[in-house]
Amino acid sequence: MQNVSFHPVADHALLVQLGSEISEALTTQVLQLDRAIAATPPLGLRETVPAFVNLLAEFDPLVTDHQEMEAAIRSLFDAEVGLTPKGTEREVLVCYEDDLAPDLDAVCKATDMSREAVINMHLSGRYLVGMYGFAPGYAYLSGVPTALQVPRKPTAIRNIPAGSVVIAGPQCLVMTLTMPTGWCIIGRSPTEILRADPDKPFLFDVGDSVKFRRISRSAYDDLAKGRET
Amino acid sequence: MTDAVLRVSFAGPLVTYQDAGREGQMRFGVPASGPMDRLSHAAANVALGNAPDCTAVEISVGGLSLECTSGALSLGVAGGHFMVNRAEESIGAWSVFALQKGERLTIRASSEGSWAYLTFAGTVHAPKWLDHTATHSASGFGGGALLAGSTIRVSDTKIREERHGDIARPTFLPTKDSVRVVRGPQDRFFSDAHIETFFSAQYTLTDSFDRMGVRLSGPKLEVDGALSIPSEPITRGSVQVAGDGIPTVLLADHQTTGGYPKIATVISDDLDKVSQMRANDRMSFVEISPQDAVQVIRKSATDRTLYLAEIAEPKGTLDQRLMRENLISGAIAAVDA
Repeated sequence: MQNVSFHPVADHALLVQLGSEISEALTTQVLQLDRAIAATPPLGLRETVPAFVNLLAEFDPLVTDHQEMEAAIRSLFDAEVGLTPKGTEREVLVCYEDDLAPDLDAVCKATDMSREAVINMHLSGRYLVGMYGFAPGYAYLSGVPTALQVPRKPTAIRNIPAGSVVIAGPQCLVMTLTMPTGWCIIGRSPTEILRADPDKPFLFDVGDSVKFRRISRSAYDDLAKGRET
Repeated sequence: MTDAVLRVSFAGPLVTYQDAGREGQMRFGVPASGPMDRLSHAAANVALGNAPDCTAVEISVGGLSLECTSGALSLGVAGGHFMVNRAEESIGAWSVFALQKGERLTIRASSEGSWAYLTFAGTVHAPKWLDHTATHSASGFGGGALLAGSTIRVSDTKIREERHGDIARPTFLPTKDSVRVVRGPQDRFFSDAHIETFFSAQYTLTDSFDRMGVRLSGPKLEVDGALSIPSEPITRGSVQVAGDGIPTVLLADHQTTGGYPKIATVISDDLDKVSQMRANDRMSFVEISPQDAVQVIRKSATDRTLYLAEIAEPKGTLDQRLMRENLISGAIAAVDA
């Protein structure tokens, strides 16, 4: 593995850096390493946190240390080659109706496309869950088609409802909490990413691929009603 | 089965249920949460005869006031130095005591400390999320925050008279003011001059201080073109420097990823201490190698284990305590004779 570097983090973690620029190839390498570590967890490993260009390995410093963890992870670089990084394909429902998509017109203007063209382009994307972060269940999906990439707003807007489907640059996410965001809101999803299911509390695993499927306003209302109880 | 109900008449902001926290979910955007001061949380539990990770109420400087409206139980309190008032009588800031029906308990901030822990002899009924009652403050998931009018329900309550009295405080804690950090992991985005500034400057904690972290004030650190680094993992103790050049120390409810460079990371042994500081307290950062940081935590883990084992020993009933005193003085008298 070229370009890999290891950075100690306090007494209890090691940051494994695989590169510096976001690319699907690099994210895939991170996911391969994550899977290789999960398949043969080094002694003392507590958890791994994969991100776009690196991975954090948290360990128990009473059991191991940075050097042992680095050696254990280095030895996995060869083993990882055989593992396919393919995740499960997940489907997320989305309704693009007016009041659920307050920024859709602005996105049309910015991209010089009609509403239907923007919606179809968003639906045509093949998205990859590259990382969770910011808040519980916030899965960063890469893969917004180039023609649909718009910048984030200069300031965040408060109290954007959970379920909002938002885009900024090459990334898309489905908000799981009512929070501020500076990303553009192009629809609303009734699909729960954060779920009550104790066996699988998060819909996505990092590395899964995501397709969006369009639903009508009435279908959204029916599904969202069930969700609010 | 015996139950008790405690009715909250006043609670400041950020008074929450916390068990020891949920590990292993950072890859889903979920930090461990749990107590800001982990040793005090464990101490308040074990001195009461509980397992160290039982659900406690974490009390902020805002304070907490409650009344036992039904039942009776033993309670423990530890952490910082708060004013504790039980049934109109002042008691130790670190102690185990009983609360009976009709009695009030008030815990308020005093000379030092930002967080105290109230523990319960019995099973606390608090909502769980991902198997834990630890509250993630930004979402409210987990046990949640206590507000005026909330009730704390405890079942299978016990009066543990043999444990009542003061809790010995740890004597091995790291010195205040200087906070040990391991450099990096993104120190490469700072010039040598700014790294030097970071390690030589005094920083002051601001009141922008919650369970997610504390923003400092002090000399600005210029970031060399790192404002567009890809979001990457954050851990408890990360010292991240935002675009304005001001460091923030991330604590129990930290975001799990973020795009600001982390100049250094506070070692786990010093996190309780940083969490217990207050706005306007001053601190400076001292560099320690990763190898030494591991040695520090290994040594202090032993100290912590011994300390918790010591305070977990029941003191005995009043009769037993008197008897023991007599036996000891009798034995000394015999040796002297």
